[in-house]
Amino acid sequence: MSTVPHDHREPGGPVVDETSFEQKEVAGLSQGQIVRRRFRRHKGAMISVVVLILIVILAATSIGWGPIPHWWKWTYSETIPFVDDQSPTLKIWPFSNGFAWGDHPFGSDNEQGRDLFANVMRGTQQTLIVIVILGILATVIGVVIGALAGFYRGWVDSVLMRFTDLVITLPAILITAVLGFVFNASGVFVVAISLGLLSWTGLARLVRGEFLTLREREFVDAAKVAGASDARIIFKHILPNTVGVIVVNVTLLMGGGILSEAALSFLGFGIQYPDISLGSLISLYAGKMSFQPWLFIWPGVMIIVIVLAINFIGDGLRDAFDPRQKRIPKAKDLRRGAPEAATTSDAATA
Amino acid sequence: MLGSQTPTGISTEEHGTLLTFIIRRIIAGFFIVLGATFIAYILVANAGDPLTNARQLQDPAMRENMIKSLTTSLHLDVNPVARYFLWLRGIGGCFVGACDFGKNIQQGDVTSDLGTYMGTSLKLIFSAIALAIIIGLTVGIVTALKQYSGFDYAVTFLTFLFFSLPVFWVGIVLKDLVAIKFNNFLQAGAVFTTAWIVILALFFGLLAYSVQSAPFLRKLTIAAIVAAVVALLSWYISSTGWLLDPKLGIIVIAILSAAIAAGVTTLTAGLANKKALYSALSTAAVGVALYYPLLSFFHSGMNLWKLLLLLVIAIVVGIAVGYLWGGDDKALNARTGALTALGISIIIFIDRLMRAWYTYSNNPEIGGRPLATASPSTPNLVGDFWIQSLDTLTHLLLPTITLMLISVAGHSRYARASMLEVLNQDYIRTARSKGLTERTVIMRHAFRNALIPITTIIAFDISGLLGGAVVTERVYGWTAMGTLFQNGLQNTDPNPVMAFFLVNAILAVLCNMLADISYAALDPRIRVGS
Repeated sequence: MSTVPHDHREPGGPVVDETSFEQKEVAGLSQGQIVRRRFRRHKGAMISVVVLILIVILAATSIGWGPIPHWWKWTYSETIPFVDDQSPTLKIWPFSNGFAWGDHPFGSDNEQGRDLFANVMRGTQQTLIVIVILGILATVIGVVIGALAGFYRGWVDSVLMRFTDLVITLPAILITAVLGFVFNASGVFVVAISLGLLSWTGLARLVRGEFLTLREREFVDAAKVAGASDARIIFKHILPNTVGVIVVNVTLLMGGGILSEAALSFLGFGIQYPDISLGSLISLYAGKMSFQPWLFIWPGVMIIVIVLAINFIGDGLRDAFDPRQKRIPKAKDLRRGAPEAATTSDAATA
Repeated sequence: MLGSQTPTGISTEEHGTLLTFIIRRIIAGFFIVLGATFIAYILVANAGDPLTNARQLQDPAMRENMIKSLTTSLHLDVNPVARYFLWLRGIGGCFVGACDFGKNIQQGDVTSDLGTYMGTSLKLIFSAIALAIIIGLTVGIVTALKQYSGFDYAVTFLTFLFFSLPVFWVGIVLKDLVAIKFNNFLQAGAVFTTAWIVILALFFGLLAYSVQSAPFLRKLTIAAIVAAVVALLSWYISSTGWLLDPKLGIIVIAILSAAIAAGVTTLTAGLANKKALYSALSTAAVGVALYYPLLSFFHSGMNLWKLLLLLVIAIVVGIAVGYLWGGDDKALNARTGALTALGISIIIFIDRLMRAWYTYSNNPEIGGRPLATASPSTPNLVGDFWIQSLDTLTHLLLPTITLMLISVAGHSRYARASMLEVLNQDYIRTARSKGLTERTVIMRHAFRNALIPITTIIAFDISGLLGGAVVTERVYGWTAMGTLFQNGLQNTDPNPVMAFFLVNAILAVLCNMLADISYAALDPRIRVGS
């Protein structure tokens, strides 16, 4: 990447230096402030954060979650009385007048006696559990393995990377089935743990790559000369510099993890009846697509919205953390910046 | 995932040439497969009791018999570690041409199952890979060149959406919305309503508008023309019932051939290069002239090999035409001719398939509902090569789309990023400043360099597709590799599971290796040796 400032010459206008334009924007800010400011600038990511928070609140409070009381009439395990019209009762403004929940906002299913809203909320809770456990497990394993391999190099690196290659070949469905059988449990924790145990490989490779370059830098030499232990250098000096890469990739990995969990439950290996996941709901109602499409569509839409939000947040984080990324200013910004740049350069010459 | 994979498998302090690098990777890959199968075998051995079904038999004598025979055929009497080596000996037979993947719990032979299923699965996976690469690269490059256009924003949103779609959900939606609705539409006489024509025209008009970067009025005019053409075409298609019995005919083929010739030349040499343009046009003329002879040739006993041979001949003709035109750059002419020949061959092939469409969809086995939603092919279908090909294609279409969506999103995202990165390099500025045309800068300097990191992503992606294929096969009711694995796990049947796992592991290791090697081979800046 070139460090020469790019001159952007507007036809007939003053010379505008893109580099100084960008530097001016972040002048006097700390690293954290720059990251936060850049993240807030990403509209998709900000909307996604709001949507995700709303979904978490809705899922946690509507049907109750642990100590949190519920305000919705039904719970997911309750059998609802027979309804004449099973279609969704949710009314939202553009499609009808005003807003109303009705008895079964997402519709209901007489055959199974389920209120779909309560079921989808339960599935969402499970999904959220999966994200958290998978995120923590994958981060810890991926970071430790990547850091050790990158920092020590040599045979440690070879062994750990070949181990990573080996784990890539293991399918999650197999681990889930085995864990489920051995511990005689099938549920959200088995799925989340088996996915977490397998999805750290990409992260480990990336962290290793970062460590390989960072360990050659002067500040690491300085720490070594000052007598810091290896553990201190790894965790206090190098790791903070890789936080961006880690955060971005863990976010994206969580999005993928939700899809994997749903696929596992769909295939019949993940979360199974009597408990509910969005994937198993889709599997259960796959045949209803033609006649009662809402039974099938709502759980799918919920998955899509959550994963989409997470992916957008990941994109926003990438924009915020990536120091190499040069935001190419739009012509509009340049024009706005031009007179100021001209005045500052005038001031400098004067 | 979005750019989460970068090739970091090559450490810079390794010494040796590319060849020793490859050999070392192959040896390492062999041991990884060995280790992975060992772990998997032990896991599968602990995943449940293969005798569960046998133990539930009512008749005690039969039960005893069943348990005894299963115990010997699955080697359940030895401990799992020793059993692994017995299994490995059977697999080792593959090197001398006598594979033995063991027996399943119905005493069936897993080896022969694997053979047939692998063909079906690989067909699906490779068509998904091919389509994903073509579509993903094209979209990615176009969005990079038209950065910040409406098209770019729309595609960016779509790629995010595709990334967030559960494969199985999309599969079911496509089955219902596309296959069933399209079949109904065909049975109702294939007539577009006015609303549909308007929607189609508007969609293509908007697309045309958003891709361009030109003054507003010019953009609007072109978009309006595109919309009008689409409206006229769809009206024609609807009123003549074209979709029930489609064909292109010599006139359309001639027009399309000329367009392909011009398009290929624009990309490879620029229309100003007369020799290249003439090579492409004369190749097109040869193709059109051979149209009727080919049709009669296609009638008598076609098969896949003859078809491939024809394709090779066509490309050779294209190269020859290019050389005959001569000029300063014969190789360029030859490339242009060959690419044109390829395009025209595809059109003629499609035309011939279209001519079989009517017979195919009115076949009693199909019953006027050609888009299939279950199984990899229609059982008991009688017909010539073209009917069979159509049958395969109609069955492949939706599963392939389902499977490739995520890959398309990944490839286009990555191609866009890679292209933008390259376009910002100094050597591109140098190329521009020495006065090269924009076409040369993009096709020769930027595009080729942008491809290097994409190869890596594609190689990684292939092993991921096998996992997606398990789900896709389930949605579309295909009996293939996924069934082998899934039923094996459900019935605690170790050998089919291991057969799937072995193929999966080999593919994963191989793709990983290919990614590293291609990266090292394509980019001389990556040091494998000193």
